[in-house]
Amino acid sequence: MARIIVVTSGKGGVGKTTTSAAIAMGLAKKGHKTAVIDFDVGLRNLDLIMGCERRVVYDFVNVINGEASLNQALIRDKNCNLLYILPASQTRDKDALSQEGVGKILDELKKEFKYIVCDSPAGIEKGAHLAMYFADDAFIVTNPEVSSVRDSDRMLGILSSKSRRAEQNEEPIREYLLLSRYSPDRVKLGEMLSVDDVQEILSLHLLGVIPESKSVLNASNSGTPVILDEKSDAGQAYADIVARYLGEDRPHRFIDEKKGLFGKLFGGK
Amino acid sequence: MSTDSQQNDHHSPVLEFKSSTFSVPVLVLVSNDAITIEQQLQGKIHLAPEFFKNSPLVFDLQELNKHDLDIDVTELINIIRKLGLLPIGIRGGAAQQNQQALELGIPVHSGHSTAVSSGTQKQQTPEPEAATPEPQVVAETATLITHPVRSGQRIYASGDLIILAQVSAGAEIMAEGNIHVYGSLRGRALAGVQGNTEARIFCSDLQAELISIAGNYKISEDLNGAVLNQPVQIYLQNHTLVIKDI
Repeated sequence: MARIIVVTSGKGGVGKTTTSAAIAMGLAKKGHKTAVIDFDVGLRNLDLIMGCERRVVYDFVNVINGEASLNQALIRDKNCNLLYILPASQTRDKDALSQEGVGKILDELKKEFKYIVCDSPAGIEKGAHLAMYFADDAFIVTNPEVSSVRDSDRMLGILSSKSRRAEQNEEPIREYLLLSRYSPDRVKLGEMLSVDDVQEILSLHLLGVIPESKSVLNASNSGTPVILDEKSDAGQAYADIVARYLGEDRPHRFIDEKKGLFGKLFGGK
Repeated sequence: MSTDSQQNDHHSPVLEFKSSTFSVPVLVLVSNDAITIEQQLQGKIHLAPEFFKNSPLVFDLQELNKHDLDIDVTELINIIRKLGLLPIGIRGGAAQQNQQALELGIPVHSGHSTAVSSGTQKQQTPEPEAATPEPQVVAETATLITHPVRSGQRIYASGDLIILAQVSAGAEIMAEGNIHVYGSLRGRALAGVQGNTEARIFCSDLQAELISIAGNYKISEDLNGAVLNQPVQIYLQNHTLVIKDI
């Protein structure tokens, strides 16, 4: 049975698109046919992070409007042939999406794909609402600072009351916490909320901590999801997250300051 | 499938009867003035429209019959239905009232008040207090919330409100009765919102943005350090909020 995963946060700039690209790639690399959809109509970014911006012909809005078929719009990833990208339109705005249209496309995708990752735009308006509405699982991306945490909390409230599962009284969306841009040194200095602080405020299952890392920026600039950079700490953190999501039991890393073997092996930030 | 089930008819039952107890609001009437009943009932519903929307209801005529006040059951049922409630039973009615209800598909509940049903003439004159019409909705149940109340969410309970998880900053919980939070209370909590000064707030970890009982409130800044992050109860004494350890 296909599962729809929404990557959401409320706040902007916390790493939703980076996370969407990484986990979609991670799931595909594990052998699951995966589609990743950019819901950020008007501010499309996912295609850049996935390195397929020069292959975009048709987009999400074209498919909704019936101007192109789903197969025409889906772009196969150059690194993994089980991964497909449905890019957003850059020339339209979020009003071009309709609940009915999104539902139809997701239904169609569910027939072919095991996982459908929805990269939500920031905010709690229409785009973000449609990205989460049909979800089965939600990855809440949060930075360790108060405004991000509060926005995540707001988003969790919306997931539990405004989603399709909530409206139809089905089993609620499974919610997972991803703490990104985490820096143990700064937590120690009291400049950043700790994992425990964030978990206490959100009381949510922690799927993984992604350390603040130069490799994320490098990966974005080069258009390869950071999870493919197996030597980087962020890449490994995302690999752990995908494995945990799929049911593997892996200990959490990157929560404490880097010391010893890891520090030596993988260098500084 | 149909052939299967036909064959199995005698072996695997497709239904069974179970006994369940439900908590249903009971409308106790003390006046037979249909217009006043409608007005006051409308007023009550207006206080908590979500709670009453399509709510099942049993109406109780015991008090009326005690004082020999007759009421047109058909008219009463029409009023209740018109206001969006679903009458599911009559209690304490006289024989002819029960008959009327039955004809409209409303079951008769025996309950504690069958004694009056035989039309005995106990008193010739109604007691003075019965003249003041005051329909009441009794048997309000507590609302139980088991999941965290997130920022931006609002919960309103027409009775007591019990929350078994945290209430996040930016969330708002309101109850006409008491509020219990068995988790961190970080949002706003308003008890006795309809003016019940006896209402209290109980929480196992006070970090609230605002607490209020019957309109008397304190904001986070007014809370002193001794009560913050503590399990406390909050109640009203001489129009002042008192915060005490539990």
